Formats: sequence, C-alpha cells, structure tokens
Amino acid sequence: MRRAAWTAGTVALLLALDLVLPGTLNPYHMQILMLCGINVMLAVSLNLINGFTGQFSIGHAGFMAIGGYGSAMFSLHVGRGWVAALAAGGVPAPIAQGAALLTALALGGLLAAGAGYLVGLPSLRLRGDYLAIVTLGFGEIIRVVIQNVDAVGGARGLPGIPGWADFFWVGLGVAGVLAVSRNLAHSTHGRALFAIREDEVAAEALGVNITAYKVLAFVIGAFFAGVAGGLFAHYLSYLNPNSFTFIKSIEVIAMVVLGGLGSVSGSVLAAVILTLLPEVLRPVKEYRMVIYSLMIIVLMITRPQGLLGTRELSLRRLLGRFRPARETA
Amino acid sequence: MSEFFQQLVNGVTWGSVYALIALGYTMVYGILRLINFAHGDVYMLGAFFAFFAARWLGVARSPTPAGALLVLLISMAGCGVVGYVIERFAYKPVRKSPRLSALITAIGVSLLLENGGILVFGPDPKFFPQVIPASNIPLGGGVTISNQQVIILLVSVALMLGLTFVVLHTRVGKAMRAVSHSHTAAALMGISVDRIITFTFVLGSTLAAAAGVLVALQNPKIEPLMGIMPGLKAFVAAVLGGIGNIPGAVVGGLVMGLAEVMVVAYLSPTYRDAIAFVLLIVILLVRPAGILGRYAAEKV
Repeated sequence: MRRAAWTAGTVALLLALDLVLPGTLNPYHMQILMLCGINVMLAVSLNLINGFTGQFSIGHAGFMAIGGYGSAMFSLHVGRGWVAALAAGGVPAPIAQGAALLTALALGGLLAAGAGYLVGLPSLRLRGDYLAIVTLGFGEIIRVVIQNVDAVGGARGLPGIPGWADFFWVGLGVAGVLAVSRNLAHSTHGRALFAIREDEVAAEALGVNITAYKVLAFVIGAFFAGVAGGLFAHYLSYLNPNSFTFIKSIEVIAMVVLGGLGSVSGSVLAAVILTLLPEVLRPVKEYRMVIYSLMIIVLMITRPQGLLGTRELSLRRLLGRFRPARETA
Repeated sequence: MSEFFQQLVNGVTWGSVYALIALGYTMVYGILRLINFAHGDVYMLGAFFAFFAARWLGVARSPTPAGALLVLLISMAGCGVVGYVIERFAYKPVRKSPRLSALITAIGVSLLLENGGILVFGPDPKFFPQVIPASNIPLGGGVTISNQQVIILLVSVALMLGLTFVVLHTRVGKAMRAVSHSHTAAALMGISVDRIITFTFVLGSTLAAAAGVLVALQNPKIEPLMGIMPGLKAFVAAVLGGIGNIPGAVVGGLVMGLAEVMVVAYLSPTYRDAIAFVLLIVILLVRPAGILGRYAAEKV
C-alpha cells in the first residue's frame, strides 16, 4: 500500500516537473539537469558493484554503451514503426513514444545485464585488481567493436535516434535505481553483498554463495547502466563510441569513491557535484580541467572516506540536529 | 617468412617500450598496492622534456650521439623530479587511506598532468626533432631494422639490466624488496619506508621518461594526451606478467607488443586494441595471477 503510494507520488511529481521545468529553465540548464540524472544513475548503479559488493569494476562505460546502442538500434528499426502505427490508431503521441521508449530501455538494460553476467562470471576466479583489469578490457573491447561495426555507424557515430527521453523518463530512471538500491540494501541479499565486501572468506564460511552474489551485483549494476545509456541515447539523439572510453568509466568511479563507497546518497551527491563542477568552472576557460583535477586530489586528501563515508543522508537525522539534544545514557 | 621476422623485430621493439613503462607500474604496485594511473602521463612528460631539452641544447639542429644521450638523461632527471613531487604532495597524504581513495587521487593526478600539459604545451601535436637521423640496417633475408629500433632495444635492455642490478644487488634494492613484503617488518628492521617509497617512484618515473624519449624518436608526433593509451596498455602488460613482479613486467610488455604488432600485420589494424584485451582476458582466465605471478595462499 505504502509502496503504491510512493510510486504514484513519484510519478505525479515527475509529471508535474516535466510540464513546468522546460518552460522555466533555459535549454542549457535543462541539458545539465538531464546529464546530472543520467550520471546519478550510472554512479548509483556502479555503487552496487563497487560500493556494496566491493568488486572493483572499471568497465561501466561498456555497459552504458551496450544499453545505449542496443536501445537506439531498437528505436531506429522497430520503435519508430510502433509509434507511427500507434499514432495512426489514434493513440496520443506521448503515450506511444513512452511505450516504445520503455521497450527500448528495457531491451538495452537487458542486453547490458547479459554482458554484466558474462563479466561477472570471471569473478569466480579473479580477485581485486585482476578482475578490475578484465572489466576494463571488456569496456575497451565493446568500444572497439562498436567503432568497427558499420551497422551501428562505426567511428562516425549513430545519428537520428528519436529524442523521446525527456525529464520525466530520466527522473523515472533515477527513481528506479534509487528504489532498487535502497530496497536491496535493506534486504537479505543486500546483507549478503555487504558481507562479501567486508570479508569474502567469512561470508563464504557463513554460507553466502559469493559467486552468485557477485554475479548478481554485476547484473543489476549493468542493467541500470544500460538503461542510463539508453536514456543518454534517446536524449542526445546521437551516439559516438568516443563517449564510452575508459575515461568515462573512471569518471563514474570517481563519483562513487568521492561520494563514499557504499553510500547511495553519497553517490547521488558526488554525481551531481562532478557533473556541475566542469560547468560551473566554464568561465575560467582553459584552467577549468586543471582546477577540476586539483579539486579531486584535494578532496581525496582531505576526505579519503568520501563525502559521506558509508553513511546515508537521512532527513530524520538532519532534522534531529535542530531539535534540542536529548539526554543520552 | 621474412614478413614474419620483420614483424617479430617490430613487435619486440614495441614490446620493450611497453616493458619499460610497465616496470614503473609494477614497482609502485609491488610496494604500495597502488595503480599509479599518472604513470602514462609521466611518460608523456618525458617526451616533452626531451623535446625542450633538444631545442635548448641545439641538439635538434646539429644531432650528435652524445647530445642525444644528454637529452635522454635530462628528460629522465626531469621526470624523476616530477615523480618525487607527485609522490610527496599527492600520494603521501593518502597513504593511510583506503586503497580506492589513493586510486582516485592517482586518477586526479593523471587528469592534472594531461590538462596541465594542454595548458602549458598547447593541445596541438609537436614534432620531436630528429636527434638521431634515421637509417635502415639490413638483417638479411629482406628483414631490416632501423637504427632507432636498435637504440630503443639497446637502451631499454640496458635500463632493465640496470634496474635488475639495483633491485637484486644493492642495499636500497634489498630495502625495496623488504618493503614490498611488509611495511611494518621493514620499518622494524630500520628501513626508512618513506624514503624507499619515494625512491621507487623516482626510479619508475625515470624509466617512463626514457620510454617516452625512445618512442618520440621513432614516432615524432608528441602531444599532451599521448600517454593515455600506452599507459593503459603498459599497465595491462604489467598485470599480464603478474603485477608486482619485475621480470613479469618485461614478459608482459613483450607479449603485449608482439600481440599488437602481429594483429595489425595479419588480422586487422582496427581491432588492434580489442585483441590486446581479449588476449589479456584469456591469459588471466587461464592464469589468474598473471604469467609469472605467484599465487598467494589465502589466510583465514
């Protein structure tokens, strides 16, 4: 019952914002907002792998690319036909586009999840940095393959993707990944993931199937990265393999670590900060990226555990600060 | 067949450059368990330092072997200083922090060097002067080797032998091996762990600088982002050989260089990067700790 209320409330809020925002924000701010949302999805989904489970993955851009290209190809070859057919049948355009987009995103997410399964499997044998290198290699392989396949545009990129993803859909994606992360963290399965992060041997001794859970973390994380990639594709209407280099993966890792490994709200906060920072620094032109990198270094030196550590921002605790202090025993 | 031997020569030359860079990764990893992402950018700085040294010393206009050697040494010294500064001001403060924070710091340093490089050197590629005029030496059977390739091979083999000597036969090398076993135990034996870590960074940076100069000799186009891909590949090579293992880095570098050159020659130039990584994944699945890596028993 509560869950239904939450879902309905979120959808209503997003719909309302979707109507209001494009009128109030200029296109530049709107674009930054959308990219913030997509980066939040990427950071929170990577946090499931790196933060919750302690598996070091540097291939997140690869999952994003698979989801982006998969969903874009679907929309270009099938989805557009659906929308035309539905529109001919009298269905309003936003609903027809939404249905096609949802299918495309689900498909992109599932493709990425399949890749996540394949990448997660070697974690049976590989630990730590060796696993990290396999994920990195996987991400690069995906990019090089995309660059060489003419059907998806190769190195020239893939133009003309229908721009169906508006604020509502990105918001829904963010809400989805947040809800899954939060519920996972409070479930038995989430506890199993944390146990693996803290001590693999101890977790195994307590009967946690560590391989299955590691693969599960990869599958869920990859799924949402794929959906984020799909939203990215349907927002910009254009994809280029150069958007998915390992530098993109590293950006996402920086968000997760900067926010505090394992903290969902930390990932959100850091994703927003790291998306805004280069934009805020635009006036200083050529010094922009130098300042950006210096700030990452200084932040890590001053707060090595990340902005929030492993804690979560909670409204209740925040409000509690303003209440008169209760006596503690 | 001569085609194959020609590619073999090219692959070994290219691989020895990877090996030089990989050595820096592997030494730092062996001691700090840190992937020093900025290492590839130190390699870039090496090429640029040599570029400016060659211009100021006039070696660019009147090339002499002694002048070329001097340029190489200046660049190595310059990068040694850079390595010291990076270690002192970026990595030392996070040494007691979780490993991933140190990694993000390394990524930050890498971004800083790349963007600082764009700011200082400009984003456009520069042309490295011919400090050694190119000529080809026939090896018989239609196989040739350029004098630059000979220099790359000689210098990198000399540096690797030098490094092996330092690590195996000097007091500081012994201390390095001790620190890589255990910081605490090494400190208890009276070794200044901080000094050894600094020394390792400086040593690794000078090797990266040498690699940068050697590559610039053969491919004279240098630009501030040139370190990203070779750095990444060299790191992969270090893992391939078994990270933390010095002979492993050399083996990994050679495997990587040969694989790349052979893929370009016989399969497809555009799939070069992908196949390097496929090879990596296959090798790691068969030998999870790298080619020469040792399996550490898991202690409970």
